[in-house]
Amino acid sequence: MNGNKMNTENNNTILLDHGAGGKASHALFSKMILPLFSNDYLDREDDGAVYQVPAGRMAFSTDSYVVDPIFFNGGNIGDLAVNGTVNDISMCGANPLYISVGLIVEEGLPIKDFQKIIKSMATAAKRAGVKIVTGDTKVVPRGKADKIFINTSGVGTIFNGVNVSGSRALPGDKIILSGTMGDHGIAILTAREGLMFDGDLKTDSAPLNHMVKAILSSGCEVHVLRDPTRGGVGTTLNEIASRSGVGMTLFERDLPIKKQVSGVCELLGFDPLYIANEGKLLAIVPEKQASRVLDVIRADAFGKNAAIIGEVTDQHPGKVFMETAIGGQRLVDMLTGEQLPRIC
Amino acid sequence: MGVTYLEKFRDPSLAKNLVAAIHKESRSPIRLMEVCGTHTMAIFRHGIRNLLPETITLLSGPGCPVCVTAQKDIDAFVAISRQPDVIVTTFGDLMRVPGSGTTLAGQKGAGADVRMVYSVFDAVTIARQNPDKQVVFCAVGFETTIPTIAAAVLMAADQGVTNFSIYAANKLTPPALTALMTTQGVSIDGFILPGHVSVITGVDGYRSVFDAHKVPSVITGFEPIDILHAVLMLVRQNESGVPALENAYARAVKPSGNPKARAVMHQVFTAGDAVWRGIGLIKNSGMKLKPEFRVFDAGTRFDLNLMDVPEPKGCACGEILMGLKTPVACALYKKACTPMTPVGPCMVSSEGACAAYYNYG
Repeated sequence: MNGNKMNTENNNTILLDHGAGGKASHALFSKMILPLFSNDYLDREDDGAVYQVPAGRMAFSTDSYVVDPIFFNGGNIGDLAVNGTVNDISMCGANPLYISVGLIVEEGLPIKDFQKIIKSMATAAKRAGVKIVTGDTKVVPRGKADKIFINTSGVGTIFNGVNVSGSRALPGDKIILSGTMGDHGIAILTAREGLMFDGDLKTDSAPLNHMVKAILSSGCEVHVLRDPTRGGVGTTLNEIASRSGVGMTLFERDLPIKKQVSGVCELLGFDPLYIANEGKLLAIVPEKQASRVLDVIRADAFGKNAAIIGEVTDQHPGKVFMETAIGGQRLVDMLTGEQLPRIC
Repeated sequence: MGVTYLEKFRDPSLAKNLVAAIHKESRSPIRLMEVCGTHTMAIFRHGIRNLLPETITLLSGPGCPVCVTAQKDIDAFVAISRQPDVIVTTFGDLMRVPGSGTTLAGQKGAGADVRMVYSVFDAVTIARQNPDKQVVFCAVGFETTIPTIAAAVLMAADQGVTNFSIYAANKLTPPALTALMTTQGVSIDGFILPGHVSVITGVDGYRSVFDAHKVPSVITGFEPIDILHAVLMLVRQNESGVPALENAYARAVKPSGNPKARAVMHQVFTAGDAVWRGIGLIKNSGMKLKPEFRVFDAGTRFDLNLMDVPEPKGCACGEILMGLKTPVACALYKKACTPMTPVGPCMVSSEGACAAYYNYG
């Protein structure tokens, strides 16, 4: 390899030096990360963030992102990581404030990919109104990680008088889903497998904190808030049914699903009820307030296709049943293992 | 937005009319077998069982390709994955099926290079990209998948992809129906015949089985309207006492099927005896590579030295596949055998009867 080519490669890819704590690390942080994430807390460049603690209760959550591929239609691992933690904190009935970012980068990742990811994290944080106040970057040798892994953790303050939990669903409650099911999982699958389908199917990755704030400040009572990520709506509702000791009935005809998603699912033998979402929430609320909560959700930019998809019952505790479109009934169990494609 | 093609076959009012007609016309108790695993799944997914009158019992047949793959064939897949410099490619459903020991998923976890593919052609591509490795495709499936597997072998032969091979554990549907009808104790008043398989075999593919046994038979698709329609046709055949071989899936299945696909299949494969898991040996129900394509046979390319291991005790998969037992009657069901820890193949495949009962029951 000649010298010129070597230099170009040095300038274009992440090297082990970038994570060694020396000059290269410092340059990476101060030139590529800090300008984008900049805020009063991070700009101090201390070992950790120092901030005032408001009175009341707080929510704290963490999640790691290892999605493959790192770029997909409608987003990338960066905004996914920010939105994910913003949403986890929001589902505790909290207003997310500060988040941390831990980056584990594989040697050889193109700098332009790294920059694109950092930029979309900054944009996602801005959109959600949260600050990235502390972080860390490590570089591992080629083959010891897959391109980039991201951990985000975050804290938020719980809204006054709010008490939401997966154990609080009550018979008679209505189940609201904030939009179409399975968009993220199918977008990832089609990107990963190089499958080509008609239509422009994007991830639904989005921050839900503004929607949650609107719901919780509407004066309506909310028993459960959950984002149906891995395992999808089916698995999440099973967890809630089991923790609350209640049964649930879903109505297949009311489930919001994009045509492209149901098409891919038909073709590959998937059930959209078990496909991951990254910008949807399930709200379980008393019947008399369900239509008001639905209106509030629909007024949010990410809640236009929200629908009441079912109800909580005192029958068959711990189990979720579905009334099918043709009037039959079936069990919606938890997902076992991976969803696997059909072969005949 | 207008009603899509698919929605027509899920139309609730049409379904209601069909259900009402079935209730009205079904008098004597009948046992109907859906031969195909995809039908089993569709029946559960749409909640069709509890729409039918008590007179009708639905049985799940031997039409889940993973379920009927012999334990020894799974052992062969696992043994191949243990060979050095081998990439094993497989459809996803096979990953978790236990052989006499471990599974392909277990082997993958232990470091073997096992890759899930959506098409056999992906396996040929992987072989082309990895000339220094042996790439083996675990070939399972019925008439639906056999022509594409044959086409992949032809492609590999044509392009000189010599590091590609298949382990053929494919099965044919009509011989299995004959085996069912000649098994003691089996009582079936009607077959719901598979849709996808019939696209290849055509209606004619079942003619000799039908002529020999005169069991009411209807080919149908996988939407609720298709299935309910087939059930109604089988009720009518039974009530009138005039069995027939009918096609309720004319939008996809022609009387003569797809002769071109069958020609490709017969160019590469010839029928041979095959062992069906839980059922045993069925004459001429399997596919063997013809001598001129035997260089693509992974079974001879590797020295596998497999042992005969008896199938697990207590597992009723064989009886379930023949409609002699329902999953709930198996002593292991929901106890030793669950989708997380499947003992028999009917629990592991997403299209297996036990998994369908467990997941949707």
